Amino acid sequence: MTELTDLTPIFRDVLDQPDLVLTRESSGYTVDGWDSLAHINIVTSIEQQFGVRFALGELQDLQNVGEMLDLLNRKRIVT
Amino acid sequence: MTPTPPTASDLLRFGRRLRRELLEKRDLKEIRIAVLGGSTTNELCNFWEVLLLQDGFRPTFLQSEYGAYFEEAVVDPTRLVSFRPDIVYIHTSFRNLRNLPGPHATADEIAASLSAERAKVQSIWRSIRENVGCQIIQNNYDQPTFSLLGNLDAVHPAGTTRFVASLNGHLAEDAACTAGVLLLDLASLSAQVGRSRWLDASRWFSYKLAHTPEAHLEIASALTAMIRAIYGRSKKVLVLDLDNTLWGGVVGDDGVDHIRIGRETAEAEAFTAFHEYCLAMRTRGVLLAICSKNNEDVAKAGLAHPDSVLRLEHFSAFRANWMPKHENILSMAEELNLGIDSFVFVDDNPAERALVAAQLPAVAVPDVGSDPVRYPAIIDSMRYFESVALSADDLQRAAQYAANSARAAVSAQFSNYGEYLASLQMTAEIDVFQPVFADRITQLTNKTNQFNLTTRRYTLAEIQAMAQDPSYVCLYGRLTDRFGDNGLVSVVVGAVDGRTVEIELWLMSCRVLKRDMEVAMLGCLVERARDVGATRLRGWYIPTAKNSIVADHYSRLGFSRVAVDREDGATCWELGVTDYTPRSLHIHVSTFSQ
Repeated sequence: MTELTDLTPIFRDVLDQPDLVLTRESSGYTVDGWDSLAHINIVTSIEQQFGVRFALGELQDLQNVGEMLDLLNRKRIVT
Repeated sequence: MTPTPPTASDLLRFGRRLRRELLEKRDLKEIRIAVLGGSTTNELCNFWEVLLLQDGFRPTFLQSEYGAYFEEAVVDPTRLVSFRPDIVYIHTSFRNLRNLPGPHATADEIAASLSAERAKVQSIWRSIRENVGCQIIQNNYDQPTFSLLGNLDAVHPAGTTRFVASLNGHLAEDAACTAGVLLLDLASLSAQVGRSRWLDASRWFSYKLAHTPEAHLEIASALTAMIRAIYGRSKKVLVLDLDNTLWGGVVGDDGVDHIRIGRETAEAEAFTAFHEYCLAMRTRGVLLAICSKNNEDVAKAGLAHPDSVLRLEHFSAFRANWMPKHENILSMAEELNLGIDSFVFVDDNPAERALVAAQLPAVAVPDVGSDPVRYPAIIDSMRYFESVALSADDLQRAAQYAANSARAAVSAQFSNYGEYLASLQMTAEIDVFQPVFADRITQLTNKTNQFNLTTRRYTLAEIQAMAQDPSYVCLYGRLTDRFGDNGLVSVVVGAVDGRTVEIELWLMSCRVLKRDMEVAMLGCLVERARDVGATRLRGWYIPTAKNSIVADHYSRLGFSRVAVDREDGATCWELGVTDYTPRSLHIHVSTFSQ
């Protein structure tokens, strides 16, 4: 199982915020600097670190970090 | 060691931090870059910014609205004009080709499609030249995702593969004959990265990103090399170790007969191939030098090996001794009159690499490893010696430096310096700017750091504009002597302001230092100033980290100091021209002759 704590370092690095605290509710609306380009970097870095590939439709509906985490865990079980 | 270049993954994950840290560097050169994109350009610009910061540039970007490259260049360039860019990069890909012929297209239709794409690019260049007048970088086209006709796609006149290749050929012709346009070779980059790693359809559909992060990094590093070349910061000298760098084995221990070079073994062939690579670099204007821990006679014997492609006479500087290598590189920099940041150091020994990199951070020290098979590819991938044009001077450079060594040998024979100068039988051609020299003049204004009073940089467009402007006095000087042609070596630009000619730029290539060329230039400048009705010249010396050799330039030429206080430590100098007597003794001066 991938936990929130596994994703935190990626967000901290990409957003250059070493003290960032992530919750399941964190999203582009609540986290500074999480703009569309940072979003691409976050998704790509997650794909690279966990060896998964998100399909187009899967990313469109994500509302927050929690949903991203759940999606990642579903994919990691399948693969 | 010179830091390993970042990977695309590094830039995605740590890009913001890298940028923040690099922005703290001092002496960054500000440049304004407009990126007109046929796709989303943010990622490319972010990568490019980090690479430029690493190379000492601080870019400010203007990015066009997504896909609006044509509109913002041609239809309404207002935003572009008010941004005042130094560089405009038009970033397009095959996805922006709107006139691809279908498989049933007739020859006429295909020709019309080609003309349409070509005309579109040319109208962009024309608009930027007329409205902005800055350096343009245009890329050619990568190959489309699919080859509908398979192999036939490259053969059939209507095949997209053949169409794109043909269009790229035309773009190269157009760029070659359009001043101020440089072509970024996207087609080769895409081939090098490989089509499957160049494109990611999902990024295109989701974000309208035309390329993968890996591809963006390759494009950004190719662009960065071009920027270095435009601003005269490309490297000039390749310094080579000998043992296990230019041949297998240690010549001092193994003996000349046993070093591995030639065609006998695979290893020997690899060293020979590296020799051929270095020699080809020399032919295109890169200087070669040797820096080896060896006795000099032993080192020279190695280069005299019958299978050695590189010979002693190919090297512009040669150090085989037991001194620390960084000291040898420093003394070669002095001998060649080049900045230490012009040097690339290649050595198979990681300890020597680490020492030079630590002692001389300005020297590029690529991690070439110790396998000769890989040396050329590693050096090549760093794009150290990028140039924007191949001038006649580039092709003759090595010969010019060799002639300098001959001059130095001759100067030792004379009792006084004037006698030596007279013996050189120097002829200078000094005249107003001629169109044929505009490229070289621009190149000199951007790369001359030492003999440069104001260190002002000019673009090709600015040089061409000043040449036409009657309120400017623009002079170039070429110098020939009995050892050879030194090429175009000096540039002086003065702005006419009533009775005064204000000297905005005075530079000279250090290869002709102490030849009284500046005295000859002054003589012609005085004549021109009189022609435009001026009574005095006024010049500034603006000190930089590199131009202290001209601190007393104006006083040596007889100018008087004018008391002006400036925070940057600049000094102001004046010379009356009415009763100035030319005093160039050793140089015969002529004017432009085709």
